[in-house]
Amino acid sequence: MLVSYVPIIIFLVVAISLPVVGLAAGRLLRPFNPFKEKLMPYECGVDPEGDARERYSVRYYIIAILFVVFDVETIFLFPWAVLYRKLALFGFIEMLIFILILMVGYIYIWKKGALEWV
Amino acid sequence: MNILVNYVVIPLVKIVVIVAILSGGIAYLTLMERKVIARLQHRLGPMRVGWHGILQPIADGLKFIIKEDIIPIKADRFVFTIAPGISLVPAFIVFSVIPFGPPDSLWGTGGYVTDVNIALLFAVAVSSVGVLGVILGGWASNSKYPLLGALRSSAQMVSYEVAMGFGIIGVLLVANSLSLVEIVEKQRSMGVWFFFVQPIAFLIYYFCGMAETNRLPFDLPEAETELVGGFHTEYSGFRFSLFFIAEYANMITVSSLAVTLFFGGWLRPFSSVAALSFLDIIPPPLWFVIKVLIFLYIFIWVRGTLPRFRFDQLMRIGWKVFLPVAMANVMVTGAILLKFL
Amino acid sequence: MIAFPRWDKQCCPLHAGGLLKIMTVFLFYVFAATALISALSVVLQKKTIYSALSLIVCLGMIAMLYTQLEATFIAVVQVIIYAGAIMVLFLFVLMLLDPMSEALPVPSKHIGYFAIPLGILLAILISLAGISYRAQPAGTVNEGSGDIAAVGLRLFSDYLLPFEATSILILVAVLGAVVLAKRKL
Repeated sequence: MLVSYVPIIIFLVVAISLPVVGLAAGRLLRPFNPFKEKLMPYECGVDPEGDARERYSVRYYIIAILFVVFDVETIFLFPWAVLYRKLALFGFIEMLIFILILMVGYIYIWKKGALEWV
Repeated sequence: MNILVNYVVIPLVKIVVIVAILSGGIAYLTLMERKVIARLQHRLGPMRVGWHGILQPIADGLKFIIKEDIIPIKADRFVFTIAPGISLVPAFIVFSVIPFGPPDSLWGTGGYVTDVNIALLFAVAVSSVGVLGVILGGWASNSKYPLLGALRSSAQMVSYEVAMGFGIIGVLLVANSLSLVEIVEKQRSMGVWFFFVQPIAFLIYYFCGMAETNRLPFDLPEAETELVGGFHTEYSGFRFSLFFIAEYANMITVSSLAVTLFFGGWLRPFSSVAALSFLDIIPPPLWFVIKVLIFLYIFIWVRGTLPRFRFDQLMRIGWKVFLPVAMANVMVTGAILLKFL
Repeated sequence: MIAFPRWDKQCCPLHAGGLLKIMTVFLFYVFAATALISALSVVLQKKTIYSALSLIVCLGMIAMLYTQLEATFIAVVQVIIYAGAIMVLFLFVLMLLDPMSEALPVPSKHIGYFAIPLGILLAILISLAGISYRAQPAGTVNEGSGDIAAVGLRLFSDYLLPFEATSILILVAVLGAVVLAKRKL
């Protein structure tokens, strides 16, 4: 029933109000005394060198793409698992084909070394 | 007006109680962690504030509130401010679907805030949003260590999320329901905890849970010897405490879900054996809390015992060990189940 | 024009059911308006990170709208795939590309000659579609047609071929990602 989702929204409101109230209340209590050195980005105590936002390894990007792809795959497994008793052998074979096709991709990325982190 | 009472007033009361218990629980979880780690290392841990440091968490909490809140000059102020919230809010609202007692407990209102038919997927969805807070926090700091920490952290979290999903599927194949209440009820009617049916799925789920919460031995994002503090290096005071609370809340979430999915939730051990019915003296919600505490203890125990992985090892374990094992577990479980249909 | 949920005149007196319906409609407008505003904000923000944040809000609101249609499974999938996975990818790209933002090619000044007529054409097409679209009365969505069992049953029977074809699509995506990225390693 739709109405059973109402408590989740209430929880959401309560959870959002916690940090907001905390930050607002803390503002009255905490000191505020900034100066240049204090506001510098941390870099082992010396002045920061260059900009932080530099280019990073493309591997992180590959991981993110693979994550999206495999996440989509898991989503298909959820309804399958819930209905497994109804689908029975037919469902098993369906999913076997699905997984086997994806295994081709998985073996490919393994062999290509995309999962390697050098 | 019945709907108003049943779906607004009663849940609101429960939510306030749960949030209070969670906040207090998290505070004392930090004390438990420091004490246990100290004992593992032949130290005493906090001893000064109160008897055996019993008031230490309160002192810590006060300090977080009255400490100066620094926003680095190069940081993006808006994103820097909301990032801890994006981490914290999902960590809390998962508890709206986690059942800690049977439907007839708590004077018939049910031992949960709400029972929805997609509770498990809801928990997965909500925790997949938490990673955004980590990335945004690291990015907004505009400093080198936080950015590297955030990249590492998010790469690790997403890598293990995939294997975790496959682990959960193993349970679903047996339970055939996404409602966490029904999953526990199923364990009662089958007379066996799903851990004994799906041990591999449990191990995958629990280890991935450790990786998801950035705990040792998977704590590379915060490896203080390399990255200072990881994505929250630039955070201080109350904002830092929000990230901190989120991490501990996630630990409790992982433990609670592990208990619910694999260890019978609120059920007492051997719930089908009548000879052990004297165990019913302890009410179901307390059984749930006891089991969760055991898993939280294991979290701390592992931290005190194991060294940290290297980042390439970490990624290899996630993608090349856990993922194929979890996939194989799903298909083998499916094949075995065919015999019982 | 567009199928806004309506409530019948006779249910308006403030008994519980009526109140619930009013709340439902009220929430619908809140979610829909927030979705529209955040969608606009995605396009209008100057900083890419704010566009990304607006997109998260927009996707979240759409998930709420799905929930209101009782398509809870779709709503949760929306959050997992878009707000969880795709946004992580977007943010990674943002982090990887931001330093290069100055080096990006400036779009040609003449682009307006194409963009403005095309935009007007699109606006006309959408309004034509809106006029010709017959408004569906509220509640025509079958009860429970969006929950996981219903979606699953159709997916694994009627839509078996698209389902299996998806695996090939995902396979191609994996291969593409690796081939594209591998060149730069």
